[in-house]
Amino acid sequence: MRRVAIGMIFPLAVTALWELAAWAGAVSGDSFSRPVLVAAALVAAVADGTLLRQTAETFVSAIIGLAIATVLAVAAGAVLGLSRTLERLTVLTVEALRPIPSVALIPVALLIFGFGQNMTGSVVAFACFWPILIVTISSVRGIDPRLIEVGRMMGLPLAKRIRKLALPAALPGIMVGIRIAAGIAIVVAVTVEIAANPRGLGHGMIVAQQSLHPDLMWATLLWLGLVGWIANWGLLRLERRWLRWFWAQREA
Amino acid sequence: MRRLASAASSVAFLTAVIAAWWLVAETKLINPMFLPGPQRALATLWGWIDSGELWDPLGKTVWRLFAGWLVASAIGIALGAAIASSARARELLEPTAEFLRPLPASALLPPAVLLLGLTDTMIVTVIAFGTVWPILLGSIHGFKAIDPRLIEVARMLRFPPLARAFKFQLPNALPEIFAGMRVSLALALILTVVAEMLSSQPGLGHMVLVAARAFRSADIFAGIFVLGVLGFLTNSLMQYLEAYLLRWRPAHSEG
Repeated sequence: MRRVAIGMIFPLAVTALWELAAWAGAVSGDSFSRPVLVAAALVAAVADGTLLRQTAETFVSAIIGLAIATVLAVAAGAVLGLSRTLERLTVLTVEALRPIPSVALIPVALLIFGFGQNMTGSVVAFACFWPILIVTISSVRGIDPRLIEVGRMMGLPLAKRIRKLALPAALPGIMVGIRIAAGIAIVVAVTVEIAANPRGLGHGMIVAQQSLHPDLMWATLLWLGLVGWIANWGLLRLERRWLRWFWAQREA
Repeated sequence: MRRLASAASSVAFLTAVIAAWWLVAETKLINPMFLPGPQRALATLWGWIDSGELWDPLGKTVWRLFAGWLVASAIGIALGAAIASSARARELLEPTAEFLRPLPASALLPPAVLLLGLTDTMIVTVIAFGTVWPILLGSIHGFKAIDPRLIEVARMLRFPPLARAFKFQLPNALPEIFAGMRVSLALALILTVVAEMLSSQPGLGHMVLVAARAFRSADIFAGIFVLGVLGFLTNSLMQYLEAYLLRWRPAHSEG
């Protein structure tokens, strides 16, 4: 409790200074607005549903992209983690594609999908694919080799070895990868909206800025921070809950 | 011999992927308006190099990227050292930093445009602000993690505070700072491209977006290729720098 209180001092002080400066006319209302107006704009935008609609748009795109990336990356990662030969074969291709900045694909996505959630989703999927792939490969590789050997001795085919043995054992690691990717998904979704796609929270900020509504722009930014923070917190909780068996086992 | 075979097979696989791409484009399985063949993208790229069209946008993008990232590094390391040296400062500022860190760095663009206009300064400022967090947190962590006995030794030897920071704490914090700087550099490239797309300032980001609006898919793929190479080179540079500057570190403390 004390820690939270001390942590609040700095942001509150900045807010107070900002309000005072606006009052004294030291900063221009055209670009800085004032905390009181920002708060009012935040309440109004939540009340009339704009912010909630934009949040839904951004999150749907992010979740679509994350889901596609998860399915593809976990499947590919499981195969590459189990087979050294395949991993050696593909390593150069992976290393050639991975450094491409995700936003460089915005133009291609724009060309193929036009505006809309699929465009954002495809760029998000590309960005999220790599961290999940890397984490999955290393988690699958970290599985106790005896477990895999038992599977082999029992004559399980590769697909079954992956589904019944490798994936459950590698799940905790994969979950960490997905949580990292979830953070990336929201960031990339907002970024695509700001750069090119006229929908969602990112575009909402651009519109507010261009129509000279700095209060709404700052309010959207604040909202974005809150929502992102809550999403991250929720994922952490979920992860802990789902993987309780794992941590319990490990402590025993 | 084994390594050679493994490298050769890896090259063969990449070649096969490119051949498949060529085949798909050539048979028009996917509309060539969306997917140009690799030979068309390379021809466009060669055209840019030949006519010199590439160098101006490339140079501007690289300049912004490094200017923003270096400013972020300087601020992040210095501020991190300051925050780490005082428990009070940490209590005051760390929660705010933790709240701001997950915020999309690109979300800084609208306010920055409002305050600074569609200028080069705006882009560099956004990159600096947006990429400072991983470096800042790495620096706080790194400076904090020093063995207190080392500081005591430095005190006993009567090193002045500044020398103490540079000779003892900074080397100790470097691995974490570098880890942060590497993350930031990748982030900086993304931010540069997005900022150029939004602000229509000449640069690679603007170049590929214009190509998309004109439905010139070969230009887009050539641009993506250049950006991919840039991403690869910047990451390799950082890895090399890290290995070089941290060569004094014993290998087992890796990770």
